[in-house]
Amino acid sequence: MAELFIFFDQIYRILFLLIPVLVSVAMIVWLDRRVWAFVQKRRGPNVVGPFGLFQTLADALKYIFKEIIIPASSNKVIFILAPIVTMTLALIAWAVIPFSETFVLADINVGILYLFAVSSLGVYGIIMGGWASNSKYPFLGAIRSAAQMVSYEVSIGVIIINVLLCVGSLNLSDIVLAQKDLWFVIPLFPMFIIFFISALAETNRPPFDLPEAEAELVAGYQTEYSGMMYAMFWLGEYANILLMCAMGSILFLGGWLSPIDLFPFNVIPAPVWLILKILFLFILFALIKAIVPRYRYDQLMKLGWKIFLPFSLIYVVLTASFLMYFDLLPGN
Amino acid sequence: MIAHAIVFYIFSLIAIVSAIMVTVSKNTVNSVFFLILDFISISCLFIMIGAEFLGMIMLIVYVGAVAVLFLFVVMMLNVAQQKNEWFNSSGRSSHIPVGLLVSIIIFFELIIVIGGWKYKPELLDSIAIEINTELTNTQSLGSVIYTDYIHLFQLSGMVLLVAMIGAIVLTFRQRSGVKRQSYFKQISRDRKDGIELVDVENNKGVKIDA
Repeated sequence: MAELFIFFDQIYRILFLLIPVLVSVAMIVWLDRRVWAFVQKRRGPNVVGPFGLFQTLADALKYIFKEIIIPASSNKVIFILAPIVTMTLALIAWAVIPFSETFVLADINVGILYLFAVSSLGVYGIIMGGWASNSKYPFLGAIRSAAQMVSYEVSIGVIIINVLLCVGSLNLSDIVLAQKDLWFVIPLFPMFIIFFISALAETNRPPFDLPEAEAELVAGYQTEYSGMMYAMFWLGEYANILLMCAMGSILFLGGWLSPIDLFPFNVIPAPVWLILKILFLFILFALIKAIVPRYRYDQLMKLGWKIFLPFSLIYVVLTASFLMYFDLLPGN
Repeated sequence: MIAHAIVFYIFSLIAIVSAIMVTVSKNTVNSVFFLILDFISISCLFIMIGAEFLGMIMLIVYVGAVAVLFLFVVMMLNVAQQKNEWFNSSGRSSHIPVGLLVSIIIFFELIIVIGGWKYKPELLDSIAIEINTELTNTQSLGSVIYTDYIHLFQLSGMVLLVAMIGAIVLTFRQRSGVKRQSYFKQISRDRKDGIELVDVENNKGVKIDA
């Protein structure tokens, strides 16, 4: 009986986390389009519901009622599996995100490695979708995206090492608590910038949205997808973007901590601060989409391998020597 | 404890079945996908015995990077047809005995290692490092690799570096006629380099590229 109780308790906790995440993914799509429109002096979606808030729900309803077309020459199992993989991987990563000191689904020892592993698995949804479609544009898009995501993962890994040197633990709650006095965005500011740009590339956001460059590849790996399967790719992508924003705010912006420990700020509950930081990063993502033109593919690779990787490696050496010299290395 | 055993057997079953499917399945791309499934279930087994660092590194390195490159190669080369031809024409091929020999040697090595661990527990005493169960395995791995065995670690790093340089030398080729972009050149250009003002005489015209 006790096991059954634990089981249902866990399911309740998972739903309590997943449903808000899914709803906020829907809201964030609206916010993205809205910010994009405001930069370009348009109105954006403003018809469905107050301020157009329910636009995404309306879109999702439209996708549900559309016919799912599976190409005759595709590899059907993998074709159907691809959007499921994308969506699942985007959601399971939320298990380790700490919303406050106590409110975390799975407080595992190697939380940051888990996040990194899940985000590096994300490339499979895209490769599977692109290959199983058995069509030229999706395949080209998939290959581009695989190369891009593998390249930028390397620099994200090195940036994470920078943060870990300052923390001395792989646990996400420890990483947040280590920033109690000073957010890592201040000493590691260059790394924050590189992390932000690499996150743009990792989630295939503009200016690095080459896998779905509509001028060259129709819609990249999503070309053959329709209806609900397309919507799952789309939601998975936005859930991934939110996840990257959460990762950025935990690594650099102090997670659930309030900026200063004074009266009006420390009354606000911890999860609100994390959500505000995620929103801040997401609005930056949306602004970048509106104001920066798309990179060329060789420029993208050059930026990843020849600029970001050496620079972040040098910064690892710098951080390590600084901590060593001033005897600030976290003990165990 | 029973739940633990059930989960263990589920993961090992998936690992074994997918390992068999890697060699059996006709389509090479499917083989690679089964290989990925195998890696994932093995990393789950690692996590179950408490080696969470090893499990995560397995996911990141093997699934996140190595298998992606496998998939790349298999998809680009279209090996699916080649493999079928290879199987059909195996009348008098010489690779089967060699493969058998290698797999038999590996099998006996495994028997020696696992049997020694099972029936001669004193073999374990020859391990020089004491295992500290207080630390997380990330910390203990780090202290073993970076303090006790730092020279071996650096040696293996050198071997990998040599292998990397070798791979670069083998695949590097200088193509002629490729236009390359140099940010430095672009930025350091000024008006004088690009524009030349010419007084044109009437009815004469200008020679461009003179």
